Amino acid sequence: MTGRRQTMLLMLPALAMLLLVFITPLGWFFQQSLISDPDAGPLWDTIVSVVTARAVLQAIVTTNWISLLVTATVLLLGYPIAYYLANNRGPRFTLVIFCIVVPYFTSIIVRTYSWMVLLGTHGLVNQALLATGIVHTPVKMLYNQPAIVIGMTYVLLPYMVLTLYAAMKTIDPTLMRAARGMGASGAMIFRRIYLPLSMHGVISGALIVFILSIGFFITPALMGGPSDVMIAMLIERSVEITVDWSSAAVMSLLLLAVTLVLYAIYYRLTDIRRLMGA
Amino acid sequence: MPRALSSYVGLLCLVLMAPIAIVVILAFSGGSYLAFPPQTYSIQWFVRFLGDPNWRASLWVSTIVALIAGTLATTIGFFAAYAFVRGDFPGKKLLLSAMLLPIIVPTVITAIAMYFLAARLHLVGNLLWIGICHAVIALPVVLLILLSALQGVDANLERAALSLGASRTRLFLTVVIPLAAPGLISAALFAFLTSFDELIISLFLAGVRAQTLPVRIWNSLQMEIEPTIAAVSAFLIGVTGLILLLDGVLRGRKRLEGPK
Repeated sequence: MTGRRQTMLLMLPALAMLLLVFITPLGWFFQQSLISDPDAGPLWDTIVSVVTARAVLQAIVTTNWISLLVTATVLLLGYPIAYYLANNRGPRFTLVIFCIVVPYFTSIIVRTYSWMVLLGTHGLVNQALLATGIVHTPVKMLYNQPAIVIGMTYVLLPYMVLTLYAAMKTIDPTLMRAARGMGASGAMIFRRIYLPLSMHGVISGALIVFILSIGFFITPALMGGPSDVMIAMLIERSVEITVDWSSAAVMSLLLLAVTLVLYAIYYRLTDIRRLMGA
Repeated sequence: MPRALSSYVGLLCLVLMAPIAIVVILAFSGGSYLAFPPQTYSIQWFVRFLGDPNWRASLWVSTIVALIAGTLATTIGFFAAYAFVRGDFPGKKLLLSAMLLPIIVPTVITAIAMYFLAARLHLVGNLLWIGICHAVIALPVVLLILLSALQGVDANLERAALSLGASRTRLFLTVVIPLAAPGLISAALFAFLTSFDELIISLFLAGVRAQTLPVRIWNSLQMEIEPTIAAVSAFLIGVTGLILLLDGVLRGRKRLEGPK
């Protein structure tokens, strides 16, 4: 339909914007803060000294732990919803997809704020617990690790559900009917047919949620306590508070490398156009 | 089993919608602090939100930035999406995955790099620069929406127009754009929303002059939870709701109808 030259011409504005406003700033930031900085020692020494710092090691452990916890929670919560969506149509489908899509497109800061309103010391959950006499003093539910997991699960659940749903929609329902006809139990059909056939959705969903989790900033920064520092928060602090650009660059490079490796695996496993459940 | 599944899904849907619904209800509270359910209802927090020159300035900044980002991302993204759908070249999938990187790379890293460049070029607080930076984040959203929209446009119609002697420009203006219009509008709406709701890039690039609504919410949340935030949040939820509604109406509710 269009010649190679015209295709390239149409692609040019997008390529130029990404090159000038995305790739160049990233490259320049790394180059300036790691290589051209006169105060910085040899690159390798800087990297070693940053990643062996106690705070950074602690943040790496916290980031991985929280991300794994969130990925597992989101998967367990999301799988049944996706199954329901794939096997229902009409008003039920519309209602459930509405409840997924509305939070999905709501600002992350608003979604985080709404959980802060619920979980705060004078928050709605505490008000309800006190009013019903279940507790007599407010329970501390905010500014700790469970709060981060709740907030991030809320933000990331739609990604998982939409990815799983896209995978489950392609499963042929006659397979299950055939298995039932031949006397397989519901549990067996799920374990031997449905689960394996939906497995690539599980893997893509888990990958995308984990990728997004390790770079999370807003929710952990607002809902976590002083000891729950994730790597993205540490990067922000080293720019905003300690103004230590070389540490920020090393941590960014590490986070970027891990993200790109995981994205490459995602790329191998899935149709990239299905990204974000589109 | 099906009944257990239905009640589980119902419960989870409640949990998903409850926080958003509660914020909206609290925004209309008549009291001076956040009690639920509110004893009385009023629009006092919205009056305070829109009456405060600082919040009004933020609303203005957010709107301008989102208009710049939405227009830029949709225009540039449309050409690229068209090239992806109709063009045939090696490394297509790889190039697409590279163009989707802005939503994969942690936004904190992107924002710091953009800030690093902006600080040296004296662009911190510049609305145009923030808009352009937001367009980078909105581009993948536009691409994903337009790729599926353009796939639904029959290539034969374009061949027919070309064989009847239409120029490339005429082809775009009278055939491709009208046929892709629903997708284009929905791409523009979600590009606008992506920028309007964006926090991290704005946080770094805002300076003191260009604080967007999410930035001002962030700054307030660092100090205390004041009820005005509920009204601003409800306003942002309203914008999201409006955009989803417009998108649904314009696309004939195709997306919400589910499995074909």
